[in-house]
Amino acid sequence: MNSSTLVLALAVFGASAVEMVEALTIVTAAGVTRGWRSAIEGTLVAVVVLTALVIAVGIPLARLVPIDILRVVIGALLLVLGLDWLRKAVLRASGHKALHDEDAIYARTVADLSSRPPTARVPAPSGGTRSTWRHGPRDATGFTVAFKGVFLEGMEVVLIVITLGASSGHLALASCAAGAAAVVVSIAGYLVARQLSEVPENWLKLGVGIMLTSFGVFWVGEGAGVRWPGSDLMILVLVAVFATTAALLSLGMRKLGPSREAVAAGSGHPS
Amino acid sequence: MTAVVRALEAFAKFWRDFLIGDAPELFVGTLVFVGAALAFRHRGGVAVIVLPLIVIAFLAGSVLRGRAKS
Repeated sequence: MNSSTLVLALAVFGASAVEMVEALTIVTAAGVTRGWRSAIEGTLVAVVVLTALVIAVGIPLARLVPIDILRVVIGALLLVLGLDWLRKAVLRASGHKALHDEDAIYARTVADLSSRPPTARVPAPSGGTRSTWRHGPRDATGFTVAFKGVFLEGMEVVLIVITLGASSGHLALASCAAGAAAVVVSIAGYLVARQLSEVPENWLKLGVGIMLTSFGVFWVGEGAGVRWPGSDLMILVLVAVFATTAALLSLGMRKLGPSREAVAAGSGHPS
Repeated sequence: MTAVVRALEAFAKFWRDFLIGDAPELFVGTLVFVGAALAFRHRGGVAVIVLPLIVIAFLAGSVLRGRAKS
């Protein structure tokens, strides 16, 4: 495994882990309030649909589209996604945007789901447990919420797996890295039996944003016909350049403090 | 028919949110970057400097815009 392949695997693993932590919050809320059976079934169905999407879109894309066109289009998509993650991570790191609060999202989802009437086919037991989830009641709301949570959070992972995997010829490796992240997050969630609010999501997003941006720049250049010095090693140089940029931007923004408009509106977040 | 229209609308919304979201300047920056990559493809030395700088410039601009909105 060379260095660019390792960065690719890390980027997919990191992106997948971030999205899966967010999905786990929703699934846990659905499981606790509506029963684990429907939450787990909704999760599994979403995973199957997402896997089918990777196979149905990723493999034909890698085989049928000329590689240079594929790299420009896919590189551009990676760049848009990577820059957006990077921008939000810098704003959060410098105190200009609220951190992603899994506890608040969990509390909101639990409150929302608890207020809805039960849709179970059989009376719900008092609080579903992991040991009895297979024999618990089916609940349409729990199933739908878990399915939507995993499907929507997983769509970005699917895009990253397809784009990084297809453009580099490592679709299987990218899929395995995403699968590994999903397994690690699921096991961690099972062991602590709740959402993972202690995961340093912003740092993960910053790291993944840097890697996606670097891959985006590299692939667009390659597809357009730019000959990068050092070939694949240039990805590591780009990672270093964008990591430095993100650090300097975070420091600079921290020093600048809130904007005059934000202070006037009383919504500034100086850290 | 309504279901098809709803599905198409959801598909279009997903791509609009994905590509543009709340930072349309990054989408514009990406288009500029692709154009520059094509323009400088035969000038490797210039491309290596200019292409990352374009990305850094648009990222910095977008972060400043985000600060103003915070």
